[in-house]
Amino acid sequence: MITTALYLTIGMVTLATLLNVYRLIKGPDEPDRVLAIDTLYINAIALIILLGITLGTRMYLESALLIAVMGFVSTVAMAKYLKRGSVIE
Amino acid sequence: MFDRLSFPQPWLSWVLFLTWQILSDGVSGGSVVLGLILAWLIPQLTHGFWPERPGFVKPWRMPAYILRVLKDIVVASFSVAWLILSPRSPRPAFISYPLKLEHPLAISILASTISLTPGTVSADISDDNKTLLIHALDATSDQEVIDAIHNSYEKPLMEMFQ
Amino acid sequence: MSLFAEYAISALLLFGGGFTLVGAIGLARLPDFYTRLHGPTKATTVGVGAIMFSSVIYFSSVDQGIDFSEVLITVFLFMTAPVSANMLAKAAMHIGVETVKDTEGGPWHQ
Repeated sequence: MITTALYLTIGMVTLATLLNVYRLIKGPDEPDRVLAIDTLYINAIALIILLGITLGTRMYLESALLIAVMGFVSTVAMAKYLKRGSVIE
Repeated sequence: MFDRLSFPQPWLSWVLFLTWQILSDGVSGGSVVLGLILAWLIPQLTHGFWPERPGFVKPWRMPAYILRVLKDIVVASFSVAWLILSPRSPRPAFISYPLKLEHPLAISILASTISLTPGTVSADISDDNKTLLIHALDATSDQEVIDAIHNSYEKPLMEMFQ
Repeated sequence: MSLFAEYAISALLLFGGGFTLVGAIGLARLPDFYTRLHGPTKATTVGVGAIMFSSVIYFSSVDQGIDFSEVLITVFLFMTAPVSANMLAKAAMHIGVETVKDTEGGPWHQ
């Protein structure tokens, strides 16, 4: 039962990722694209966790943590760049 | 001299120490020593960035607040999901929310709570820290949203910080 | 693994996947930037939180012991989602991103 639920969930998250890519390409403004990337990295974390459950290992959690930290910092940096024109003043 | 050896922000130090124990594989002598070093070093290095020490008056009320917010987040997600999936287009609105809180930490907690709960995202704060700009996904009236936020989140925070 | 754990894990997985998908549909379908901001901050965060929670239950029920890394990631996501939403909203207001026609009120110009 878990296997079925797992594959269904992976399907749904993959579909979500594709929708994010659609928004990333379509735009129309820069903040939309940054928001799409922000959502993409969160979905990537979900996919990594699902992969970990599928393979029955916890090894991938470290990379999920790294993506969470790096993704947040880069989103904030991009938002700051859009607002001020530079990241570090 | 003794200032250099102290922990200027005990809360931050505790959070850093516990986070380090969770990150390392099991609690061992090494992780405790390194955790202590980090819990001392990072608050010392970032001391200048904290304008003032965040002061909780009643920190024991925090868990109840967090549980309530978590419950609201789950309930709110269903209403947002319904709004996203329903065919009619939502009625978005920008609302100016008059803040009664004064403590900067309390205001940022309130802003984060607003962003995570029913159909509202906090977008900006005025320069004098008196008004919060909120974007609501589907608002029937401004006053309704303001009252809801005030009664369920701002009041508990006011009790906690004042 | 007990039957109850299996049900709980499956339900949480489907719940999480569903909300992640709803967040992405919101991102793709809603009319302007400010409304699109709502999907990822709420639905996606809750969805990923549910998936993390199911992972915690799964690994503790196949007796690999309890590890709090997932909880740490979830807490981190819940703390950062409002911050990035706020920063993006500020950036969008600064650039002057258009709002959908029937929006009540407007952004500030500071």
